[in-house]
Amino acid sequence: MKRGEAILVPLGAMIAGLLVFGLFCAALGLNPLAVYASIYKAGFGSWYSWQNTLVRASPLLLCGLCTAIPARAGMIVIGNEGAVVAGGLGAATVGLATLSLPPVLSLTIMALSAMVCGGIWIAFGAALQHYRGVSAVISGLLLNYLAVALMNQLIEGPLRDPSSFNSPASYPLTPDHRLAYFAGTHIHHGLIFGAVACVLAWFLIDRTTFGFAMKIAGGNVRAARLAGLPVGRLVVIAGFLGGACAGLAGMIEVAAVHGRANESLNAGYGYSGILVAFLARQNPLVIVLVSLLTGGLLASGGVLQREHDLPDATIAVLQGILFLFILLSDTLYGRLPFFRSRTPEPKPHAIAA
Amino acid sequence: MTRLTRREFAAGIAAAGVGRAAPSPPPALTVGFIYNGPKNDLGYNQSHAEGRQALRVLPWVKAVEEASVPETVAAGESMRDMIFQDGASVVFATSFGHYDPFTIDMARENPGVQFFHCGGLYDERKHPKNIGIYFGFIDEVEYLSGMLAGLATRTNRLGFVAAKPIPQVLRNINSFTLGARSVNPHATTKVVFTGDWVLPVREAEASSSLADQGIDVLTGHTGSPRVIVQMAERRGLFGCGYQFNQSSMAPHGFLTGAEWAWGTVYLKIAEMIHQGKSVTNGTIPRRLAGTLKDEFCKLSPFGPSVTPASRARVAAAKASILNGSLEIYRGPLRDNEGKIAIPAGKVLKIEDTELDRMDWLVEGVDGRAKG
Repeated sequence: MKRGEAILVPLGAMIAGLLVFGLFCAALGLNPLAVYASIYKAGFGSWYSWQNTLVRASPLLLCGLCTAIPARAGMIVIGNEGAVVAGGLGAATVGLATLSLPPVLSLTIMALSAMVCGGIWIAFGAALQHYRGVSAVISGLLLNYLAVALMNQLIEGPLRDPSSFNSPASYPLTPDHRLAYFAGTHIHHGLIFGAVACVLAWFLIDRTTFGFAMKIAGGNVRAARLAGLPVGRLVVIAGFLGGACAGLAGMIEVAAVHGRANESLNAGYGYSGILVAFLARQNPLVIVLVSLLTGGLLASGGVLQREHDLPDATIAVLQGILFLFILLSDTLYGRLPFFRSRTPEPKPHAIAA
Repeated sequence: MTRLTRREFAAGIAAAGVGRAAPSPPPALTVGFIYNGPKNDLGYNQSHAEGRQALRVLPWVKAVEEASVPETVAAGESMRDMIFQDGASVVFATSFGHYDPFTIDMARENPGVQFFHCGGLYDERKHPKNIGIYFGFIDEVEYLSGMLAGLATRTNRLGFVAAKPIPQVLRNINSFTLGARSVNPHATTKVVFTGDWVLPVREAEASSSLADQGIDVLTGHTGSPRVIVQMAERRGLFGCGYQFNQSSMAPHGFLTGAEWAWGTVYLKIAEMIHQGKSVTNGTIPRRLAGTLKDEFCKLSPFGPSVTPASRARVAAAKASILNGSLEIYRGPLRDNEGKIAIPAGKVLKIEDTELDRMDWLVEGVDGRAKG
């Protein structure tokens, strides 16, 4: 029953959201069914559209984890964007310094450096919250600005390729030091990193004592302390792991997509990651589904403009509506009579007894 | 469902009436446009979207567009969609960051499609042959706009809100200031850099702080300086636009502005392709650059506060630019640190590549070119 609820409530919310979006389309004088059909076709209708969806979903997997993992330890992380930028800068810097090494080695060092940079970025916010009482939401938000400022400083200063006159960028990586693409597709190997990270995160949270300890620390700090858990360390490590994922996303942007560090590092993937994590209710496996859904929606944004003459903000409107409905549906858990279990739940005093 | 156009209908009637085979309709040319921001930004993106509108006079062109295409994998995917889903054989990528690696990769992947990119550096050794670069030199128009600012100011202080200290922006600050000082040697320009292309709140703050300092003409170079012009109007100052016609933002204080006229370029390229030319085999120039004279850019219509005398002076200067007698980068020019930027006797033509590396601000500008 509970499992059914976890699937049917968000599904119902999505359907309600789509209906409202349909009204929006109808108000613009369009046939909502035709719009839904276009979204489906452009996002999921063929292998061609699936590639588009996967390419767009790839960074969202890792950016979603940046919020989802620390969430289990009771932290609300919204500094994803900063961690992506920090990771991208960390990757570009060591990547450019190790161009003489074999590509595999250089790419590994880049990934590690990106994970450390992104990890420290978020762990810093986590430590500030745990030890000094500074809200991680506020520090994360501010650290985003700092990361962008740091990036501008580096790509307009020490890392700047002098030939990038009108669009400051770092020196480029050589082609052999780039992440490859799956043969015959336009999907880069970064997708594997994201998928593997989601599975690992799920295993860590749901199948290890560390994950269990993290959840206790996130659920009830006092209980965790009473149980002798090192709460501070758990929180900081959770922050580090989340940040490492976002940092890795930055490395993939540098190594697979742009081949250099430039302003596109701060393209908003981090912010989308927050959305993805909340829609997935902080569950790493559900993040995979939500990322695919979001990727598909983004992939269909173009067709809505070209075929239906809808404004470019349409997809943002749809995302916003879906987000609101799914968050609102959170309040329905345990309240729908349909899902009430027939056997009465044990009463609190029964546990105490 | 296919809709019969009036032209096709007429052709059909003619064919039926005369009783011989209708001349086969000219093959439709589908072109795609991507912009990196909204197409109603009253700025850079709208200038391109309006350029696309110009293609409507060509019945054989179908122009599709996508706005708010970020400079990420999304740029590549959008171009690919236009090629595979809409059958586009020509793609215009309008934002600088759409070029490397996205336009380059797409061009390599689709050798039969021609790509045209606004600005950017084409490298013959590395980049595929089916890419053309088009861009405009707008310095002369900024110079004319600066003249009006210099004539209108009472405090002799002009304000310039700029995104980043990159050559393209520095050129505009310098030409604007040179224009102002050509008619008013006491005029100076104070520059504030905001750090990015689209930061409306910071642009408004910068404009407001410039207004507080006694500056009475505001202009700028950001993705869309609409906020800057709007703030000028609100504070009762004069405003000069950029990128697109912003006169609607300042019904009283608008002087003029330097705006793009991409329609000229798009019509030109479409006509050439229609004639069977292609950038791939070199029959369309690899670099298509134009100036005020080529109508790649133009001056916005004058605002109500521009006096007939000022109009006449600007018109005279414009005529001199068009007949080649007025070169705006004529030495000796000093930078604002006192060093010689262009020595006496040297004239840099507006197309001169030396100007593309500009890293100095001309005498009379209050601001720093580096950061």
